Amino acid sequence: MKTTRRKLLILLPAAAVAWKYVLAGTPEQAPNYTMTDHWWGMLIDISKCIGCGNCVRACQTENDVPDGYFRTWVELYHRSDWHLENPIVISPDGGKEGFPSMKPDPDGEYFFVPKLCNHCADSPCTQVCPVGATFITPDGVVLIDQTYCLGCAYCVQACPYGCRYIHPTKRVADKCTLCYHRITKGLTTACCENCPTGARQLADLKNPNDPIHKFLNTHKVQVLKPQMATGAKVFYNDLDGSVR
Amino acid sequence: MTGVEGYMYPNEIRLYWSVLIVLYPYITGLVAGAFILASLERIFRVEAVKPTYRLALLTAMAFLLDAPLPLLFHLGHPERAWEMYFTPHKTSAMAMFGYVYLWYLMAVLTFEIWLDYRRDIVLRSQQTKGILRVIYKIMTLGSSNISERALNIDERVGWLVTLIGIPSAFLLHGYVGFIFGSLKSNPWWDSPLMPVVFIFSAMVSGIAAVMLFYMLLTKMRHKTIDMRCVDAIAMYMFYIFIIDFSLEMLDLVHRIYEANESFRSLNFLVHTKLYFSQIILQILIGTITPLVLLFITQVVKLPEIARKRMYTVSGILALIGIFAMRWNVVIGGQLFSKSFLGYTSYKIHLVTREGLLVALGLTMLPLIFLWILLKLLPPWEDEGAHAPAAGD
Repeated sequence: MKTTRRKLLILLPAAAVAWKYVLAGTPEQAPNYTMTDHWWGMLIDISKCIGCGNCVRACQTENDVPDGYFRTWVELYHRSDWHLENPIVISPDGGKEGFPSMKPDPDGEYFFVPKLCNHCADSPCTQVCPVGATFITPDGVVLIDQTYCLGCAYCVQACPYGCRYIHPTKRVADKCTLCYHRITKGLTTACCENCPTGARQLADLKNPNDPIHKFLNTHKVQVLKPQMATGAKVFYNDLDGSVR
Repeated sequence: MTGVEGYMYPNEIRLYWSVLIVLYPYITGLVAGAFILASLERIFRVEAVKPTYRLALLTAMAFLLDAPLPLLFHLGHPERAWEMYFTPHKTSAMAMFGYVYLWYLMAVLTFEIWLDYRRDIVLRSQQTKGILRVIYKIMTLGSSNISERALNIDERVGWLVTLIGIPSAFLLHGYVGFIFGSLKSNPWWDSPLMPVVFIFSAMVSGIAAVMLFYMLLTKMRHKTIDMRCVDAIAMYMFYIFIIDFSLEMLDLVHRIYEANESFRSLNFLVHTKLYFSQIILQILIGTITPLVLLFITQVVKLPEIARKRMYTVSGILALIGIFAMRWNVVIGGQLFSKSFLGYTSYKIHLVTREGLLVALGLTMLPLIFLWILLKLLPPWEDEGAHAPAAGD
């Protein structure tokens, strides 16, 4: 077929548009990183969390999270033996500045629960996105292509854990990326990096040498809201039944 | 933060779906309901409702043209909305909106109206002058054959389109219910009954709207209201309303009896933040009162004037009640925390992109569309375009 200049002028913009869609949904590449070799998750050891808020601050700084919105936050639970199903929970400013000190309570227990996107393997948010702007990467991280998101907030409604929000200035969905820009370069997430007690541990479930495997074999871990069957990959050690 | 009781996940304090998302199912419901009323005459041969047939089609069209606007105003990036057509995500219920909408707009409603009005359009394109003539000429789509045979074909094709239109109307609104009912994250929405409740409430609202428009417009034209027609419409509205109310009560009783983990939280919500909009406005004023009034008109022989007044009050209350139902679904579903430990509040702003003024504007807009459609395509049999007399 002979390609005339006129045809080329028509074809080039069409090819550029097509290429844009080929690229859409492709996460940022990092050299020497093979996505299919990893399957990311996180381990949170509740007994180790001291509620210092370092993780929240680190996340907000690393990811430029707008004030009043949270990619991660920490909750303080008070669960008394009289109200097992109705704990009292607070999270002032997402626990960013820590928590007020609590007096020991003989009738109950205080504990901290860090929260973040669960990077579900069967994520409801991915399912409902009308244009596929939210997607799961081959290494198991739920991401959002913000150049493609409509800002309809259907994913925000579909997340059972309250992990998503609409970015107030970008007007698109936003949430934890598991610091994808860091983990694909061999680093850990900002929250794990800044946790002083090691309560948060990034886990690569495909790596047989990752300590997560030993931990999962020797501890009783749980995910949040298991009845939702979302394939959540944030595992909690020592999780109380009252946590939602 | 003000307006928060108990504990909300920090990202849940704001509501992400505003009054515009309340309007969206309300308006699509009116479309579906009006179309079902039109199909009563066309498919089910209910001759009594014939005077409202064309008006019902035009009402459906006026509201259908308005239906995507609340969504566009709500989107963070409306300029990307077309992506839903070109790169839809197959597992998303919302992605189907574009297709269902286009199908309904083009293949069903526009086509049916065109077929039904084709004779009038052709005649008007010959009888009018100036810009109107051009408009009617365009509307003929180049087809000016209004022979007996051609009109007979129009009639048969129109019947088929209406037949396809009925499941399409169910699809249009059932799918809107599915958007909410399929979210397992939200126990207030998560129910297989949701699409069915949406469809039946849509029928009630659409029928009520057309009945009110018919009575109002007939009065404005100083003509006599066809009571046989209005009585029949009110009867259908009454029976469909009973089904709608029964389904809603079934859902409620099921929730109360099952009393699962979300029940305590939702029960509190209904008795506090949603008390006025749900118990008072939706159930007492918007459902039980019109049902009682309609019941009286069905069992007691009342004079014409009394029936007219009762139908008018029932219709207005039904429209208010169904708007309240949409409000309670959309806004109510975001007022409680998915942790079931707290509640937030919704404050509607006046002049923001998703504020009260925009919502009012988008509610009024279909009335303007309807006015234009009524001028262009008068639905009244006594004002139809007349063929030129023989020998002209």
